[in-house]
Amino acid sequence: MNELKKKIKLFISEKIDITNLADTDDMFKQGFVNSLFAMELVMFVENEIGVKVENKDLMLDNFRSVCAIEKFIMSKK
Amino acid sequence: MKIEKTGVVGAGIMGTGLALTLLLYGKTVFLIDSDKSKLEIFENDLIKNIRFQILFNAEWKDIVPDKLKHNLITSTNPEILNSADYIIENVTEDWEIKKELWEKLDSICKKETIFASNTSAIPITKQASVTKRPDKVIGIHFMNPVPLKPVVEVIKSELTSDETIKNTLSFLEEIGKRGILINDAPGFVSNRVLMLTINEAFYLLQEGTASISEIDEIFKTCFGHKMGPFETADLIGLDTILLTLKVLKDNLKDNKFTPCPLLRTVVDKGFFGAKNKKTIYQYFNLNN
Ligand SMILES: NC(=O)c1ccc[n+]([C@@H]2O[C@H](COP(=O)([O-])OP(=O)(O)OC[C@H]3O[C@@H](n4cnc5c(N)ncnc54)[C@H](O)[C@@H]3O)[C@@H](O)[C@H]2O)c1
Repeated sequence: MNELKKKIKLFISEKIDITNLADTDDMFKQGFVNSLFAMELVMFVENEIGVKVENKDLMLDNFRSVCAIEKFIMSKK
Repeated sequence: MKIEKTGVVGAGIMGTGLALTLLLYGKTVFLIDSDKSKLEIFENDLIKNIRFQILFNAEWKDIVPDKLKHNLITSTNPEILNSADYIIENVTEDWEIKKELWEKLDSICKKETIFASNTSAIPITKQASVTKRPDKVIGIHFMNPVPLKPVVEVIKSELTSDETIKNTLSFLEEIGKRGILINDAPGFVSNRVLMLTINEAFYLLQEGTASISEIDEIFKTCFGHKMGPFETADLIGLDTILLTLKVLKDNLKDNKFTPCPLLRTVVDKGFFGAKNKKTIYQYFNLNN
């Protein structure tokens, strides 16, 4: 597993039990997290990864799953 | 009537949700609370909260959060509402507080200004009667969380004018809400029924018929409700539920609205729900 993915999973696992969460699973749809967690993910990407999330990137689709977050960050690097 | 300058009184759960909504729809907002810390929290979290709304609603994508901040004026002094076109009060569900507030605002505001109460249960006619503009007083029962709930109850009193109703419904449309117009009664439609449901759920819990999560689960899985009565109570505020039941009992003189002793105890112990991060769920983890 690459470093970035590890970091993302670590952040999520501090908040929820991710034993049954596949990297492509939609966390919001499957009820793993409530909507407020979405904003925590945005803050994580900005403050801990150092990628600015512009208004146009503020879409749930960029934060739905481990893979989506990773893809979004990579697209910004 | 053109409504640009809005006054929001009370910066608790409802007042802040409403102020945020009004800002997102381009209105100028004068936000008042007697507790300065409430205003500071709202200001500090504003950018974050605007971004949160954008995340869930593509409609807001072009909004520049910093720009909206300039449309917000906060104060503990209601005098700054003297130029507002439309006032919505969201102060604590207590008749004495609302009565005193309307009397004061009646002397501060322009005579054309419309007064809307976002009360849970206090009759609108009763509120209108303490002002010199009863035709311009109306009820708007917003749902919580305000930015995410598109439909509201609009309550006309015997004294509300057709013009006030028309202006209110079109104002609501401008801020993305559809109003369902009904007549005045304590608790209107929603809370006349909902408060009893929540109160009875507390009785079931007190009697040991089922656990808190079982009761919620029955509502969610059997009835298909999005939330059970306890999750709803935590969202609304347990203190507000207790106050609303008291208002219903005072106004309808019916003992069926007597608050369940367990609800009283929980509130007396400082558990107000999600708003102070002391929920009924936490209460039972701590006490059982
Ligand atoms: N919570 C809900 O789900 C909900 C839904 C619809 C309507 N309501 C109604 O909306 C109103 C506000 O409820 P809430 O849940 O936001 O309560 P809240 O306790 O979160 O906030 C009430 C706010 O009013 C302020 N306040 C009290 N007296 C004041 C005064 N004289 N001047 C200025 N500010 C004053 C308090 O400091 C507090 O910040 C109540 O009437 C309630 O019944 C609540």
